[in-house]
Amino acid sequence: MTLSAFLIQLLNGLAGASSLFLVSVGLSLTFGVTRVVNFAHGSLMMLGAYIAYSLIAGLGGGAAGYWAAVALSALAVAGVGVLIERFLLRRLYGAPELLQLTATFGVVLIVKDVVLALWGPEDLLGPRAPGFSGSVNILGSAVPQYDLLLIALGPLVLFLLTWLLRTTRWGILVRAASEDREMTAALGVNQAWLFSGVFFLGALLAGLAGALQLPREPANLNMDLAVIAEVFVVTVVGGLGSIPGAFIAALIIGVAKALCIAIGELAVFGVVLSFPKLTLVAEFIVMAIVLALRPWGLFGRPPALPRPSEQRELLRPPGRPLHVIAAAALIFMALLPLFADEYTLVLLTDISIFALFAASLHFMMGPGGMPSFGHAAYFGLSAYAAALLARTLPMESALLIAPLFAGLAALVYGWFCVRLSGVYLAMLTLAFAQITWSIAFQWDAVTGGSNGLTGVWPAQWLSSRRAYYWLTLTAAAIAILALWRIIFSPFGYALRGVRDSPLRAAAIGIDPRATQWAGFTIAGLFAGIAGALYAFSKGSISPETLSIPRSIDALVMVLLGGLQTLVGPVLGAAVLTSLQDSIVRHTEFWRATVGAVVIALVLFFPDGLAGIVQRMGVRGRHPT
Amino acid sequence: MSESAVLIVDRLCKSYGGVHALRELSFSVNSGEKVAVIGPNGAGKTTLFNVLNGQLAADAGAVVFDAASIGGLPPQTIARRGVGRTFQVPATFGSMTARENVQLALFGRHTQLRAAFADARAFEAKESLALLERAGIVALADRSCATLAYGDLKRVELAIALACRPRLLLMDEPTAGLAPSERATLMSLVVALAANDGVALLFTEHDMDVVFAHADRVLVLNRGRLISAGPPSVVRSDPQVRKVYLGPPTLPGNA
Ligand SMILES: Nc1ncnc2c1ncn2[C@@H]1O[C@H](COP(=O)(O)OP(=O)(O)OP(=O)(O)O)[C@@H](O)[C@H]1O
Ligand SMILES: [Mg+2]
Repeated sequence: MTLSAFLIQLLNGLAGASSLFLVSVGLSLTFGVTRVVNFAHGSLMMLGAYIAYSLIAGLGGGAAGYWAAVALSALAVAGVGVLIERFLLRRLYGAPELLQLTATFGVVLIVKDVVLALWGPEDLLGPRAPGFSGSVNILGSAVPQYDLLLIALGPLVLFLLTWLLRTTRWGILVRAASEDREMTAALGVNQAWLFSGVFFLGALLAGLAGALQLPREPANLNMDLAVIAEVFVVTVVGGLGSIPGAFIAALIIGVAKALCIAIGELAVFGVVLSFPKLTLVAEFIVMAIVLALRPWGLFGRPPALPRPSEQRELLRPPGRPLHVIAAAALIFMALLPLFADEYTLVLLTDISIFALFAASLHFMMGPGGMPSFGHAAYFGLSAYAAALLARTLPMESALLIAPLFAGLAALVYGWFCVRLSGVYLAMLTLAFAQITWSIAFQWDAVTGGSNGLTGVWPAQWLSSRRAYYWLTLTAAAIAILALWRIIFSPFGYALRGVRDSPLRAAAIGIDPRATQWAGFTIAGLFAGIAGALYAFSKGSISPETLSIPRSIDALVMVLLGGLQTLVGPVLGAAVLTSLQDSIVRHTEFWRATVGAVVIALVLFFPDGLAGIVQRMGVRGRHPT
Repeated sequence: MSESAVLIVDRLCKSYGGVHALRELSFSVNSGEKVAVIGPNGAGKTTLFNVLNGQLAADAGAVVFDAASIGGLPPQTIARRGVGRTFQVPATFGSMTARENVQLALFGRHTQLRAAFADARAFEAKESLALLERAGIVALADRSCATLAYGDLKRVELAIALACRPRLLLMDEPTAGLAPSERATLMSLVVALAANDGVALLFTEHDMDVVFAHADRVLVLNRGRLISAGPPSVVRSDPQVRKVYLGPPTLPGNA
């Protein structure tokens, strides 16, 4: 690698850092004021890129038209941001964090399908920016002018934002609101306008970043989650709510990636290492180091003490009636293959697998108190492990060993995650899941890349749909019962104790972090069991198995069923899997449908199905 | 420092940014002794307890418990060594019943916490009921802690703390937020239970009647500094204490 080639990579990395900063700082700003982490922030950037593509085409090829199109796209996205704030978030400011996060995820799904409907599935590459399409000669190498423009833009935006926040009245209010919400309310500030305003600005920056990204990267449907994962890494590294933190973190990550690409090119002649993988590893290592040393990020402050424990529902072990119902349901499920057709058997197998997947997530989020937006990482990892192991081992052994890989991943990821709590933890789980997905997606030689792996079939004696269904049903039932048993074991009580009151738990001798770490690992292991069963039921697996939307599916199942109950997740899995099955058959826009269901759920039935049933039961007994 | 000192605190310092919450604080507590820490709001009492039980790290100084240094250890380790704790605002497990709260504390003592497949409900059911009985709330054993009244929560905390069989119990304002009559009753109960189990008691309190009725010794803190220490009668008449805290002849009620 020559110095000049390295320089090009470095400048390219810095240009990337600038646009990453624009998106990240928007997220930090909106979080500071509203205390809601908007998971749809990456979707706003994606929207910016697509809108810019159309506007640039519409406004003609001239420089004036081009830059007007960029500005208009940013404004349009800002408008969308305000709409999201007005009509969704505003109803949720008092709600538990988990519900807020989930609602913004509903938006992610809807935006994706809206973009798919309007622009189609193809990647759309924009034209070069007029006036910046050439290159500049620096130290004998041609550096794109556009990169230099972006590099300048980052510090400029940092400067403008700092100025805005320090000198204008609006900026001072934003800062005051970030420090102390009650005080601003007491000062008589019109909160509604403040919140809308800050969302306008945050979305504007995201939209601008999207529009500016167009000459460097085609607008594509994977942008939303790829970007939000990177933004989360930046935010976790820089510190949530810190503007200089976002800037420095974006720079560090941009440079680290550039270094990796440089090294990767060097290694082409030696050991064959493909550089995109290294960039992910670099990001991972930066994040790991920062988290290990400063859990709240370089410029972050530890959040004020965890909210005094929210009203907790008493968690009761399943009583006799439930045992009877569960046994009856199991017998019924076991007898079904005698009547059901092939198609129904496939659906029933899926339901059993997802019931276990959802139960494992519930274990982590409910009793464990650790919200995860990346639970599919463990599900998918085990599915891949099963597929790969089955090439050399008997299928039965592969099925048994594969979940251990998921457990191992949960052990490693969990070590970092349990250092954080609440939103931070959720962001980190998503970042890890996205990294895992990217590895599966890019590591062609092992994972088959975007095509995945095929020919993953069960052993001879399990090859009939019926036999495999029985195996799945048995395994899932045993695993779910085991999870329930753990919840009411001394360990399970300790885990719930740490969730209820970490202070009290430590004061009676429970190690909060170690307990959560163990809980995290158990949840990953059980998700892995579901994942391995899944691999052999489908015959093939693709990166979709560990993608974020699959994590969201699990989340929806848990919330749909009700977080506060044991049966809820199982119920939720049955309902959502059947629902999806029929939605997929009737519309290609199933994501948006799921998104709308999620939002409706959060807004109108925050306790889920089990909550509704329970409430009716309680009303029945105490007529009030 | 006497031979039987269960806790020795030596030149403890702690500051939050510019606020010096503890300055060069030194004292000791003998086994079985009842020591009250008093002082105006913000004197550093809660900070002292947080440092003693490991929740906060001290900036300087040493804490010796049972002849071993516990400075810098995490709270769970200090708890297992035999330091119990109740909080100014009661901290209990809200998704569990009063009995389960005490059971969980008992699991810890018997190091059963790692048992992930045993059924927890059968464990220690009797002993946890006995502890609730002693704390006077056995009737509430199956009520959720999220629904208990403030005074009952204080009693649950007491039962939890005793379940760990501490040698030293740190109680941050055990009677705050209770009606005056209830205060005296609860404190008498605490003192009786502690005496029965041979537990040394270090407690903070704003109710001077409670302090002077029950403490063997009183430590007075002001702005993180120990300004007076000794038996209640001595401290009571210390002019400096009168000036910063107790005020002229009539005693203040509650802060
Ligand atoms: N987490 C914190 N960050 C910054 N300052 C703190 C923090 N906790 C306490 N302080 C300050 O340290 C000093 C001692 O506080 P502490 O809570 O220990 O007092 P206290 O004697 O328990 O008061 P009270 O009688 O009101 O309970 C006070 O000035 C307080 O404002
Ligand atoms: Mg206090």
